[in-house]
Amino acid sequence: MDQSFIAASIPLYIKAAGLTLNLAFWGVLLSLFVGAVCAVIGYFRIPVLCRIMQVYIELSRNTPLLIQLFFLYYGFAKIGIKFEAYTCAIGGLAFLGGSYMAEALRAGIESVGKIQIESGLSIGLTRWQLMRYIVLPQALAVAVPAIAANVIFLLKETSVVSAIALADLMFVAKDLIGMYYRTSEALLLLVGAYLILLLPLSLFFRYLERRLRNVGLGN
Amino acid sequence: MSDWGINVIFQGQNFLRLLEGLGVSMRIAVVSVLISSVCGIFLGLLMTSRYVAVRSLCRSYLEAVRIVPLLVWLFVFYFELTKVLHLQLPAEFVADIVFSIWGTAEMGDLVRGAVTSLPAHQRESGLAVGLTRWQVYRYVILPQAVRRLLPSAINLVTRMIKTTSLVVLIGVVEVLKIGQQIIEVSILKVPTASFWVYAIIFFLYFIICWPISLWAKHLEKRWQ
Amino acid sequence: MKETEKILLEVHKLKKNYGNKEILHGIDFSVHRGEVVVLLGPSGCGKSTFLRCLNGLEEIQSGSILLDGSIISDGKAEWYAIRQKIGMVFQSYDLFPHMTVIENILLGPLKAQKRKKNEVEKQAAELLERVGLLDRKDDYPAQLSGGQKQRVAIVRALCMNPEIMLFDEVTASLDPEMVREVLDVMKELAQQGMTMLIVTHEMNFARSVADRIVFIDEGCIVEESEPEQFFTAPQTERAQRFLDIFSYEN
Ligand SMILES: Nc1ncnc2c1ncn2[C@@H]1O[C@H](COP(=O)(O)OP(=O)(O)OP(=O)(O)O)[C@@H](O)[C@H]1O
Ligand SMILES: [Mg+2]
Repeated sequence: MDQSFIAASIPLYIKAAGLTLNLAFWGVLLSLFVGAVCAVIGYFRIPVLCRIMQVYIELSRNTPLLIQLFFLYYGFAKIGIKFEAYTCAIGGLAFLGGSYMAEALRAGIESVGKIQIESGLSIGLTRWQLMRYIVLPQALAVAVPAIAANVIFLLKETSVVSAIALADLMFVAKDLIGMYYRTSEALLLLVGAYLILLLPLSLFFRYLERRLRNVGLGN
Repeated sequence: MSDWGINVIFQGQNFLRLLEGLGVSMRIAVVSVLISSVCGIFLGLLMTSRYVAVRSLCRSYLEAVRIVPLLVWLFVFYFELTKVLHLQLPAEFVADIVFSIWGTAEMGDLVRGAVTSLPAHQRESGLAVGLTRWQVYRYVILPQAVRRLLPSAINLVTRMIKTTSLVVLIGVVEVLKIGQQIIEVSILKVPTASFWVYAIIFFLYFIICWPISLWAKHLEKRWQ
Repeated sequence: MKETEKILLEVHKLKKNYGNKEILHGIDFSVHRGEVVVLLGPSGCGKSTFLRCLNGLEEIQSGSILLDGSIISDGKAEWYAIRQKIGMVFQSYDLFPHMTVIENILLGPLKAQKRKKNEVEKQAAELLERVGLLDRKDDYPAQLSGGQKQRVAIVRALCMNPEIMLFDEVTASLDPEMVREVLDVMKELAQQGMTMLIVTHEMNFARSVADRIVFIDEGCIVEESEPEQFFTAPQTERAQRFLDIFSYEN
């Protein structure tokens, strides 16, 4: 191990970690948005949109992110639709994550019992008020573990974006290996960087889950 | 008509070559799914062991595999195994190893989940009607555990198939790589080649994974 | 006296199907203001279905429902507005688990009726006081016993100032020692002149609280009479058989 090499490379990794986090952040946010839209479409059974949503979910869940990215980045460019690599990466993450978030939210919404909905109706709430005050708060509490798992999943999936030439953690490691053939050092830093990002996050989510379970909203 | 981009796929051996490339990924998927299923069941049962030490050892293995992206493990094994063993392993073989290690961890967790989710009274009422321990296991626990396990295990299979697409990044010549080669050859004649080639690869993956997902969903509905 | 003569809720020829199966076969029924009507009948005869039709939780196939003289079942009126006038309490504990007792109670008046917060809070406190649960107002439903939950559910419905209250076997899933506290609350309500439609299997309670007993069997009203007459000399054989089951139990 070459310690001076490691020390010299750390700033590169910090910068790359910034991009990884940035991509994950926007990817997660957009995924949640897409997922919420899908969940609402499913909940209100909006006719045509329901069909489109099903097609989207099947496409998203049954194809790999890497291929989605290649298609989006290299494929579309050649028929005149050009995106920046950064836009592609976030778009790809949202396309992939949206269906996972939709599933988490759907399961949460379905866990809210019929009796809850009926008693909400019987005190005169409208459909939207019902969604806002009764269904969503309970659904979210149930969905938190699944959403947390998706966040971790998406953060890990960002490692693929190096394939479309974005300078994330994976990219920096590959670069260092290619240029200096310092594989052990580069990979050690890579593993370390992901540990620093992922370990606190997953510990936090575990804590959150336990808290939610202990508060035990009854039933 | 010959300048239609989609024709790239069907020129010469192109489509066959793509399928061959897909075959390489699928071979990795099949091998690692088989190994993971067998080892995963053992790991899962170990995870329900009475001994804390055994349980936490298995748990650590699972967490270690999960905590960094699989692509990182692919790189670590590809470069470091070579160094440690002092011989150059083929990338495909490294992929087999990494996917088996990962699949075993995930499968183990699913098996553990399926076994521990059975309420204790199931076992007790089995014993209460006079079945032996083994019979309880055979007729009460196993059938129920399998029902709980199978849908999620099948979903894991699609996940593994999708993830095999990563092996191109450690240099395995599979469908994506061959796609790139086809694009390179035909890019001058057919500027839209990359659109069609990546589209077809996208749908090839879809056509493999979709029926499997539907099957898992079908089982889930029937058994829950 | 004049006021109590007025019909508050009227049902004409109400029919209800689940799929192809007709559950309610043309029910004619009415409740006067201030009247307490108890619905009795064997399990599965359609009592719950009937109550749920009355506040639009189930669609009806034909017939009409009138509240205060105006039709509410023609699809033109908005159910969410009508439901504010019809309070309902269910058999299973139906409090919202993610809200405290007081939040449960305030939700409808504040959001659906858009009333002023301090006014509603005052009313809620009075009602909670009356059912003896004021000190539990910041607890979550999970911290309450079954009987306490049902009393809160009653308060939640009352706080909307409904014109009529529907109770569907509200004591059926309670432990025996908690049944009393809930029935007492209902009895007090009846004495204060609340219009009530009650489904129950508590025969002694029915006898003492009801102004009128309506006996339903297989989706039809078979007998309607005063409680004394119904329990001592039922007019139909079906009602007699129904009562026999209960007298054996007691
Ligand atoms: N959602 C439904 N779909 C189909 N059939 C239903 C449904 N709900 C109730 N039924 C049927 O309608 C009939 C009346 O049910 P209902 O719940 O109104 O009876 P009930 O008089 O309230 O009985 P109980 O005293 O057991 O509560 C029953 O035969 C029941 O099987
Ligand atoms: Mg009922």
